[in-house]
Amino acid sequence: MPETVGVLSLQGDFERHLVALDRIGVPGREVRTVADLDECSRLIIPGGESTTLGILLRRCGLDQAIPERARAGMPIWGTCMGLILLAKEVEGSDQWTLGLLDVTVRRNAFGRQVYSFETDLTIRGLERPFHAVFIRAPIVTRLGVGVEPIAEHEGKVVAVRSGKMLGTAFHPELTEDSRVHELFLNL
Amino acid sequence: MSQNQNRNEQIGTWRLKVGLAEMLKGGVIMDVVTPEHARIAEKAGAVAVMALERVPADIRAHGGVARMSDPEIIKRIQDAVTIPVMAKCRIGHFVEAEILQALEVDYIDESEVLTPADPENHVWKHDFTVPFVCGARNLGEALRRCAEGAAMIRTKGEAGTGDVIEAVRHMRTIMSEIRRVASAREDELVAIAKELNAPLDLVQEVHEKGRLPVPNFSAGGIATPADAALMMKLGAEAVFVGSGIFKSGDPERRAEAIVEAVAHYNDPAVLARVSAGLGEPMVGINVSSLPPEEQLAVRGW
Repeated sequence: MPETVGVLSLQGDFERHLVALDRIGVPGREVRTVADLDECSRLIIPGGESTTLGILLRRCGLDQAIPERARAGMPIWGTCMGLILLAKEVEGSDQWTLGLLDVTVRRNAFGRQVYSFETDLTIRGLERPFHAVFIRAPIVTRLGVGVEPIAEHEGKVVAVRSGKMLGTAFHPELTEDSRVHELFLNL
Repeated sequence: MSQNQNRNEQIGTWRLKVGLAEMLKGGVIMDVVTPEHARIAEKAGAVAVMALERVPADIRAHGGVARMSDPEIIKRIQDAVTIPVMAKCRIGHFVEAEILQALEVDYIDESEVLTPADPENHVWKHDFTVPFVCGARNLGEALRRCAEGAAMIRTKGEAGTGDVIEAVRHMRTIMSEIRRVASAREDELVAIAKELNAPLDLVQEVHEKGRLPVPNFSAGGIATPADAALMMKLGAEAVFVGSGIFKSGDPERRAEAIVEAVAHYNDPAVLARVSAGLGEPMVGINVSSLPPEEQLAVRGW
């Protein structure tokens, strides 16, 4: 299959990911249905509200189709909400998730919007620091077997990799720096 | 914007303010007056709730001066949900805004639904860490609000009526004015800025990007899944539903249906499915029957 990066577009900042993909010359497409997903070789789950997207995924069959494709080896990257939806477990909540990444996440771990922040982050695999935008961001509080932490902020894990899965608590799509998008494309 | 030196973090930046609006795109923001409502909204898939003492339909019915909600109500709603909580301050009432920021609401709506506090000036929103959304009826008004620091614009519509005509009017006006600015010659932009009463640099930005400098949402009179999808088709990037949900016969089902309608606004088959069997919509008021002094959209300068 020629490389086409799907961006889950039911809710959230999917447009910013499509702009970021366009900037590095990689074909991207909106994914709103199972048929859209069939056209894609990779999937990005953007930022947004995880409770909302969980409901929408279950109503259109993507809650089944995404795990099937993941088991068949499709690379998936979740940013912020996307990380929450990939996680196996959400701290203190029975919230539905895809459960594809063996981690536990804590939602809104830095607090409400007034505590949202930008900072320079060291990410393993990138030479220079990455300017990271955290908006009501989660953190990873438990790492399962085979899950590698690739970035920490103040000792808290904010990016992980496991096989073909990538999860970031921050939003590379809100900056002009494409290095994390490239990292994903090399998975 | 400020800097937390110890932690090498910047907070309250323009990117963080607009960024949260980006995260809400494709979603529905619902007016709620109790923690119970807030939980219903969250369970139905709302991306955020607006914490109020009264929904706009009741503000209309109640009359008198409408002010910022009691902080106690806002706190109880914040405790009830994990999604962002917004709250309204009066136009120009920067102390109400400071109080809302101290309460750590996630977005402040400087709203015409409340009685304006200042006859000329809006809040200077750049001074705040918390982001603001403001209403607009046309491009000039939208860009004046952006100049003051609004990180999200919503059409005003006519709140508390359940009549979508004003939301449509305002969205069509803004979108057609954007198209006009985008297609103008560069040397015509000064004259257009003068005509719109808008800052030239923001008119130039619209000319360059073909869109508002910030996300463009819709509000004011949306009562059905079809109304919500209509606003998305006309150019809205997300939808606020005020009285339309909790003034209807079956708020839970209607809330879920509007959420799905906004996500799949381009798919009439989904819209047909979610529109079926929702029970009574809010009764509503025909906007053309409203005396001018009862129209909220004209508030704001």
